[in-house]
Amino acid sequence: MTAHALTVDSATAPDATAAPAVSVQGVSQVFTRGGPPVLQGVDLTVAPGEFVCLLGASGCGKSTLLNLIAGLVSPTAGRIEVSVERPALMFQEPALLPWLTASGNVELALRARGVARAARKAEAERLLEVVNLAGQGGKRVHELSGGMRQRVALARALAQDSSVLLMDEPFAALDAITRDVLHQELTRVWAEQKLSVVFVTHNVREAARLGQRVVLMGSRPGRIVREWRVDIPQPRTIEAPDVSALAGRITRELHKEISRHGH
Amino acid sequence: MAIDLPRSRRGSREGATDGRAGEDRSVVAGLDALDEAPLLPPRSGPVRVFVGSVLPPLIFLALLVGVWQLAYVARIKPPYALPGPSQVAQTFWETVQDGRAFDAIWTSLSRGAFGFVLSLAVGTLLGLAMWASRWLRAAVGPIVSGLQSLPSVAWVPAAIIWFQLSNAAIYTVVLLGAVPSIANGLLSGMKQVPPLFDRVGRVLGLSTLGRIRYVLLPAALPGYLGGLRQGWAFAWRSLMAAELITYSPKLGLGLGQLLNIGRELSQMSLVITSIVLILLVGIAIELLVFAPLERSVLNRRGLTATR
Ligand SMILES: Nc1ncnc2c1ncn2[C@@H]1O[C@H](COP(=O)(O)OP(=O)(O)OP(=O)(O)O)[C@@H](O)[C@H]1O
Ligand SMILES: [Mg+2]
Repeated sequence: MTAHALTVDSATAPDATAAPAVSVQGVSQVFTRGGPPVLQGVDLTVAPGEFVCLLGASGCGKSTLLNLIAGLVSPTAGRIEVSVERPALMFQEPALLPWLTASGNVELALRARGVARAARKAEAERLLEVVNLAGQGGKRVHELSGGMRQRVALARALAQDSSVLLMDEPFAALDAITRDVLHQELTRVWAEQKLSVVFVTHNVREAARLGQRVVLMGSRPGRIVREWRVDIPQPRTIEAPDVSALAGRITRELHKEISRHGH
Repeated sequence: MAIDLPRSRRGSREGATDGRAGEDRSVVAGLDALDEAPLLPPRSGPVRVFVGSVLPPLIFLALLVGVWQLAYVARIKPPYALPGPSQVAQTFWETVQDGRAFDAIWTSLSRGAFGFVLSLAVGTLLGLAMWASRWLRAAVGPIVSGLQSLPSVAWVPAAIIWFQLSNAAIYTVVLLGAVPSIANGLLSGMKQVPPLFDRVGRVLGLSTLGRIRYVLLPAALPGYLGGLRQGWAFAWRSLMAAELITYSPKLGLGLGQLLNIGRELSQMSLVITSIVLILLVGIAIELLVFAPLERSVLNRRGLTATR
């Protein structure tokens, strides 16, 4: 697919005046009664069309926050508003249904959306093509490698055709080359369909490569400690010097945040 | 070449992502090709299958018959109590030839099938209801589990008192034997569905009914099949017990009744013949229906270990 020379950051800079795509206000989450809060006082606003990367140490509550935004769990305290009825969510695990084929998994999302039976097959094939799995739709889940499964999961999330896309470490299991290609595809789809994306990752470079904004979460309790606006225009590459420089700055901050827990 | 170089360089800079995207895509295709499952070992040929899974039981059977023949020759029991293999084989052949074997198999099997389908409907509804209602599960669950371990032959006297010597009495016993297994199999299958699958259904926006239909039930299928298999085994056993006890000319000749005739005539070779017939039907149903069904369901999900 052609990747247009996007000047995304100036042209489609997030519109602060429009109603936000995702608005998280003062959200706290406690799982066990009387236990420590997993999230405390989290505020996060995602403007329509904005690409936000969420960084944080393992166990700081990133998945929990995403599940809250997706409406799978209701928060112990605080408010969450999402501009669409149903945000698309890509789980940390591929979460494919093993009795269906790759295409069947994508088609289930289309069916849930009410796409007519006749159109589903072709649409699923198109989406699998987007994630570089053309012609692989007939495979059973267990016949796919981990990376291929994750890509089917991406195709399924895209099949939900929601303008809000939540992604939980979607590319963590992929090799660098496949990940580069999917980064390109994702930024392309994001720009074309004006998606609002919340992208959770452990990988600082990936965050710097993709996000218009990088949000750093602290641990115990999970909260937002810092954020960076990224003004490097898309298309970026993960090796670009300015992306690397930003990643370096974020990494130092992340280390500071983590070592705070060392004593 | 020398002239081309600067231009292509400039070109590659402008279309950096374009060129790379195409290139990377083919690299990804290459990576995926490497990812392909290694060629599976060739499917075992007929000779292998024969040596691996047909021959061993045949050898064991031959050994068994040999020991039997020895016991017969040694007169451990008088011949009317322990006839030799050849006498039994003769009776078996006679029963096949005069049509009694097929009559009995047909009568019992059609009864068993009807009783099983009935149990399937009742057991499935009961399982679903128990899954849907926490209260019902608490109230009925222990009794259903208890019934699973109660030999359903214990119901025969009650069934005869309620329904006399009729098919209704037989089906009552079969139902009481099979329904608990089927209901429990479905219930435990549904309880074991990973919560992640349900969350997938919710994220995709399926309605409650849609989640049951497209996520929960397919996910519970392996457990349900296990329940069906056990349900059939219990139905078949209960049927034999019921047929053996509710012996009456107007009920027709089933395998259980054939067994009973052997007992009344003190004809041991007919008794053994009937037992062998009952066993053969059980093995045939297992090999022709349940084993392939289970294998195909598990294969499709990649749940079968390739040894
Ligand atoms: N359902 C739950 N019940 C109890 N505790 C939970 C539950 N879900 C998450 N937690 C706890 O909340 C904390 C945050 O978990 P979460 O999965 O959100 O972390 P994460 O930031 O996504 O980590 P990772 O990067 O490893 O995926 C963990 O300590 C976890 O044990
Ligand atoms: Mg997580």
